[in-house]
Amino acid sequence: MRFLETTLRHLVKASDYAAMADRVASGQGWLQKIDPRAKIAGLAALLMVASASRQITPIAAVFLFACFLAWRSRILILKLARWVWTPVFLFTGIIALPAAFLSPGLRGAAFPVLRAEAAATLSALLVLTTPWPRILRALRWFRVPAVAVVILGMTCRYIFTILETALEMLESRKSRTVGILPPAEKRRLASASAGVLLSKSVALSSEVHLAMLSRGFRGDIRLMEDAK
Amino acid sequence: MHIPDGYLSPSTCAALYAGSTPFWYTALRRMRRAVHTRMIPLISVFAAFSFIVMMFNLPLPGGTSGHALGVAIAAIVLGPWASILAISTALTVQAVFFADGGITALGANCFNIAITGSLSAWAVYRLIAGRAPIESPRRVMAAAIAGYTAINLGALLAAVEFGIQPRFFHDAAGTPLYAPYPLHIAIPAMMIGHLTIAGIAEMAITGGIVAWLQRSEPQLLKATAPAAPAGRYSTRPLWIGLAALMILSPLGVLAAGTAWGEWSPSFFASPPEGLKKLSAFWSAPMPGYAVPLFHSHHLGYLLSAMIGTGLIILLSLGFGLLTRRRASQ
Repeated sequence: MRFLETTLRHLVKASDYAAMADRVASGQGWLQKIDPRAKIAGLAALLMVASASRQITPIAAVFLFACFLAWRSRILILKLARWVWTPVFLFTGIIALPAAFLSPGLRGAAFPVLRAEAAATLSALLVLTTPWPRILRALRWFRVPAVAVVILGMTCRYIFTILETALEMLESRKSRTVGILPPAEKRRLASASAGVLLSKSVALSSEVHLAMLSRGFRGDIRLMEDAK
Repeated sequence: MHIPDGYLSPSTCAALYAGSTPFWYTALRRMRRAVHTRMIPLISVFAAFSFIVMMFNLPLPGGTSGHALGVAIAAIVLGPWASILAISTALTVQAVFFADGGITALGANCFNIAITGSLSAWAVYRLIAGRAPIESPRRVMAAAIAGYTAINLGALLAAVEFGIQPRFFHDAAGTPLYAPYPLHIAIPAMMIGHLTIAGIAEMAITGGIVAWLQRSEPQLLKATAPAAPAGRYSTRPLWIGLAALMILSPLGVLAAGTAWGEWSPSFFASPPEGLKKLSAFWSAPMPGYAVPLFHSHHLGYLLSAMIGTGLIILLSLGFGLLTRRRASQ
């Protein structure tokens, strides 16, 4: 049942990361105290520096500065390494490291890996130090269309609802399964699980729609901060 | 396939954000017009579903496993425009919240996966499924091929985006500043994995979900296939085609000579010994499609077609009965 365990592991990991983000965001670090609008603007500026630089040194400086900000914001560097740096390094390293032994050389391989690590650390800093509703409110200030902000907000909320449903579904299936299933049966099971999840998602969207209508939603989006 | 930050230059990222914007705008307008108040919950929940489905680990033939993108199933159930919005939203959450795919490369990822994936999957599905009934196996095949096409087109675009980087963006010493491989390395490196493992994963999950929906929730497939006739898959057109072919079977008599390699011993002046011996091993009841007692060659051909088809149908029914009995035991 390795595929069920692997899928469950991925789902649990996502859920753990979200829980950690919630915990750290409500902490008392440097970045937690800064206005989300200033944080988005500042981190985006650093991201642009890391992205546009033609030298290794500024990218490395941005990365080190991001690490310093993480430390001052009470984000454990070990957690950052586990949640952000390792997956990014595994993904980008597989692509870039062979270049170290080919014609672009070590420097050619270092550019994308360092850029990816710096950018991932910056985006992690934003998410780990700002509650999601405050990020969305700041996006509105940057004139991101209200419909996009609402969709993003609702998606995040329903990701965790559907994540929980998927976890329960797969756990119950795992507990009912004895022995080793043949590969074709495993594939059938994975497709059927995804199908059930799809059907539940559509039902959920209908329920949410009816709930919105019953609360007076007629298609016009009015956010809390718009009303202020 | 989710391009991280640092692999594409800012100008490539900007161009792909600009390329994606008209599609997002059109998708939003079309969705507002089509589903109005239902748009926000539908897109949000479907984006959440796509996000979760991307975490599903799928066992593949050969002992390996892969992840699906879920873009084809979104296009098949929601239609291409809603799918563009749902998958773009899922990719945004992945990039911002989980650092899976870059923020600067978000426009590129949306262009490759959400836009190209949704539109190509939709086109391929519609083209192959045609007006086939909802429960037709043709729809499963169409969905599987749509998934395979969508993921591979997206991967090809990503490979081209990677591959053009070292040519246009390098420092004075010639060191690539972004993705380090040229096109002739980037394309095969990207496509081998996608044409095999990732493509098969997407194919299996899309076909599998559509097959499951046909059995359990066929109404979810009807929204994007309004022309499909309701009810069970009809075999009537197949029977009509079979009857037409049987009627046309005497046309075979018009062909002159013997097919190459199908000679009887009488064809040779001195037939080889082996051929002479083995050709007499079995004497068919209706040799050369000639039915005993019928002198007309054309009528014999037609009767042979009818008898042959009948025998095949009887054999298939018998085999079906046998396997069903075995399965029920």
